[in-house]
Amino acid sequence: MSTDDSIPPKPTPAQEESGGVSRRDFLKISTIAAAVPVVAAPTTVLAAGEQVHVYGPGKVAMEFTINGSKMKAMLEPRVTLLDALRDTFDLTGAKRVCDKGECGACTVMLDDRPVYACSMLAIEAQGSKILTVESLSQEGKLHPIQQAFVDNDASQCGFCTPGFVMACKAVLDKNPNPGAEDLLHGLSGNICRCGTYRGIRAAITRAAQEGA
Amino acid sequence: MADYQWPDPENRTLIGDRTLRVDSPDKVSGRARYTYDTKRPGMLYGKVLRAPYAHCQVVSIDTSAAEKMPGVKGIQIIQKAGTNIHWAGDDVVLVAAVDEGTAEDALRAIKVKFQKQAHLVSDAEPPAGVGESQGPLSMDEIGDMLDNQVPERQIVQQIGQYGISFKITEDDVKEAKEEGVPDGIIEAAQKATVHPEAAGKPKSNYQKAAVQTTGDVDKAFSEAEVVSEGLYGAPVIVHCCLESHGSISEWPDPEHLFVHMSTQGVSGIPGQMAEPLKMDAANVRVHQDHVGGGFGSKFGPDRWGVATAEVSKKVGGKPVRYMLERDAELKVAGARPSAYARVKVGAKKDGSLVAWQSKSWGTGGPSGGGMPPIPYVFRIPVQRKEHTAIRNNIGPARAWRAPNHPQAAVITMCALDDLAAKLNMDPVEFLRKNLDLVSTNPNDPRSRMYAEEFTIASDLMDWKSKWHPRGQSMEGHIARGVGTSMHTWGGRGHASDCDLSIHPDGSVDIKMGTQDIGTGTRTTIAVVAADALGLPANAIKLYIGDTLYPPSGGSGGSTTPGGVSSSTRRAVVDARDALFAKVAPALNAKPEDLEAKNGVIRVKGDASRSLAWKEACARIGATPITAHGHNDAIAAKNHPDLTNSGVGGVQMAEVEVDTETGIVKVKKMVAVQDCGLVIDQRLAESSVMGGLIMGISYALFEEKVMDPATGIMLNADMEFYRLAGLNDIPELVVHMMTGKGYDERGVIGLGEPPVISGGASISNAVANAIGVRVPFLPLTPDKVLAALNQKAGA
Repeated sequence: MSTDDSIPPKPTPAQEESGGVSRRDFLKISTIAAAVPVVAAPTTVLAAGEQVHVYGPGKVAMEFTINGSKMKAMLEPRVTLLDALRDTFDLTGAKRVCDKGECGACTVMLDDRPVYACSMLAIEAQGSKILTVESLSQEGKLHPIQQAFVDNDASQCGFCTPGFVMACKAVLDKNPNPGAEDLLHGLSGNICRCGTYRGIRAAITRAAQEGA
Repeated sequence: MADYQWPDPENRTLIGDRTLRVDSPDKVSGRARYTYDTKRPGMLYGKVLRAPYAHCQVVSIDTSAAEKMPGVKGIQIIQKAGTNIHWAGDDVVLVAAVDEGTAEDALRAIKVKFQKQAHLVSDAEPPAGVGESQGPLSMDEIGDMLDNQVPERQIVQQIGQYGISFKITEDDVKEAKEEGVPDGIIEAAQKATVHPEAAGKPKSNYQKAAVQTTGDVDKAFSEAEVVSEGLYGAPVIVHCCLESHGSISEWPDPEHLFVHMSTQGVSGIPGQMAEPLKMDAANVRVHQDHVGGGFGSKFGPDRWGVATAEVSKKVGGKPVRYMLERDAELKVAGARPSAYARVKVGAKKDGSLVAWQSKSWGTGGPSGGGMPPIPYVFRIPVQRKEHTAIRNNIGPARAWRAPNHPQAAVITMCALDDLAAKLNMDPVEFLRKNLDLVSTNPNDPRSRMYAEEFTIASDLMDWKSKWHPRGQSMEGHIARGVGTSMHTWGGRGHASDCDLSIHPDGSVDIKMGTQDIGTGTRTTIAVVAADALGLPANAIKLYIGDTLYPPSGGSGGSTTPGGVSSSTRRAVVDARDALFAKVAPALNAKPEDLEAKNGVIRVKGDASRSLAWKEACARIGATPITAHGHNDAIAAKNHPDLTNSGVGGVQMAEVEVDTETGIVKVKKMVAVQDCGLVIDQRLAESSVMGGLIMGISYALFEEKVMDPATGIMLNADMEFYRLAGLNDIPELVVHMMTGKGYDERGVIGLGEPPVISGGASISNAVANAIGVRVPFLPLTPDKVLAALNQKAGA
């Protein structure tokens, strides 16, 4: 959008070829280059005295391990893990709410730790085991955490619920016998608007007792 | 005549019980589909360019560069050059592209020039001497109101009240008609008094309403034995629905529109979209499975929803989805008006209230807003009230769960609490003392109900041992206190239609164009139907959330439980009686001697003569039994026992205040609530728990913070627009009033009531703890410390 103020020009391909990478772009590139296996032939640029790979700005081939299955897609490097899950793989249990790591509605597990899928690029999630809420129910049977949510009426509109379920799983996976403080701490990154916290607290307490 | 009355307690199988919410398994597993989750074949993604200034004019829009970008499929100008914009974040241009990234790139390529104008975002106390009238309306002002979707009747009323400052020519009328200005507004303008001398004069942001006086106020105050004066209020807060507003529009053919929309009122959307799109409402289909919160902010398609449909038509009918970005959701998609007041209230020494005086003000954004219903709950016999609405550039207000009541409770119940303190009375005793002022109608049960509720709430809170005179419970720097508040709401069932079918194979379905906004509407319908048929709730297949089904009212104002339960009850009783008629010969009985219980149809008092449900349904024949259920104002009047209006509730809060840091912690909340006949105990309790939690949230944290310099919202995200988290939630105790004296009132809605008293009861608990009033919500550390400092300096 432009207003009365001028717009910063977009970097052109020519600038990239000449190694004209901004510091911010460089940081982004270097993390990605370090974190992901090479799946497409990237451009190589000289930045801060080193040869680094540049992906994009167009679509590049990516490969993921989601809920135990290998999945492939052509995606722009700027696509977040959340948008890839929702828009490309139709896994819409993780919700897009704040879109900046504040509310936890997009919580998924990445190599057994909870992450905000909105705050991670899909390209960075390659090579990791990604688990979404859809993976928890097996053969139509709810996971004990999910059943505890149902039994304790822990959802109203339900938009925060999958994120809370995944956050609960992360807490209990890490610590099967959590104290009340551990539970509160583990769920403090998730927000509900309808006011279902009493049910959520009851649900995770029961799930913990059952050793879910 | 069928017996639609609610069954007696001994004949209820599910009503009043604790059925598990029928859609929870879908929600916990991620299967529940919301509009935001819905993907249509070939769907394009929308993004909206929004105004960066609080008050400005669109000077020019150049979309030529964006149009040429690969992947950009359609561009819709929402507010054309020349339009005045009245709040930052208002929608200007919608782009539809193959993906969101491309749409965002396109927004950056659109060149819009805005001419900034002076803005006001403050809702501070109006200066003395603001005028009583806002003066005659200019053509631009009427145009602005139309652009900003001010309801037609409100525009007509204002034209009538203030007149206009311009002469209308025939060309004006012709042009207005071409632009789609409603005839009612054109006629009102043609009939209005014209004040050409007022043209071009600047308008005040302050609209002072006429002073309302009942009785001789000065005399009453001079005779009052104790008078308390204070300042109270609650700021603008936002809805912050977790699923932002938005929709997907597509045109299967040029005449028909299919919309997925995140809404609280499925049946009401076609009419609202058809008018701006100049098409027949009958050609608009709306669908929604689940909605991620509404709280009063999702009744219309909104201008961006209409634009989504328009751009879809431009691209050959392809589906276009546009959901609001989070910052836009907080900036423009709904806010609760603020309300503040200087209150003077007087009583006799025994605590009897005698007089009320208030000077109130507040803002609902561009339309100003009205006075909350103060004094709340109590009809104090002598009153003088004046209110000034501030029209400013913070963005539009919408109904927020229990519109105007939480503000009225804060102003009234805090003022009464201060008066009780001055009287050295326990506030519970003081409020009980005045319960005869609750209603002038001797048949109104609320005086009695409040008395019963106070008794129960006091027990559950252990009020008598916890309450103390103000400021007298310090341990080191921790002060403890308790506070209370009370509230009321209407909640009669809305118009609702449904079709209930019993199929020859024994399956049962119900079709209703309602929606479940998280309140448990699906479960309510299933419980009512299953209860009458002697089946479990999950035996009822529910088809809701689509305009293909019979219309049912919008879910607002706590009208849904009464509406859907009344229409369902009528349908299920008629269908069941039709089934009894088919089955009676086989059981050698009269239809009226049969009952449906525990999965069988049997003769009353003779369990040996029975047919299992499936066997019974096999006798229906090839065509299912279908019964239509209908509820509206007339039907509700004929059967006043199905749904009713006017609930009462009492809440109590216990807090700890750290007097060094100013941090308030709620330690316990108690809610005692009536809602007539409780359809499901668990759902009712969850609704009240949710209300208490939202109450804690707006009492302690929530405020739409505006930057006076730039006019934009400073906390339009979920980090700085703070909502209560799990750590903020104390012990919550909920008691539903049920049984004799309550059940026979019929079903009354429960969405609004439990959210009303949280702010007032917590503010009163803080005053009890620290011995001084913190005037305004939210009770943040800075305000608590300021109040303590003022007390120390006094």
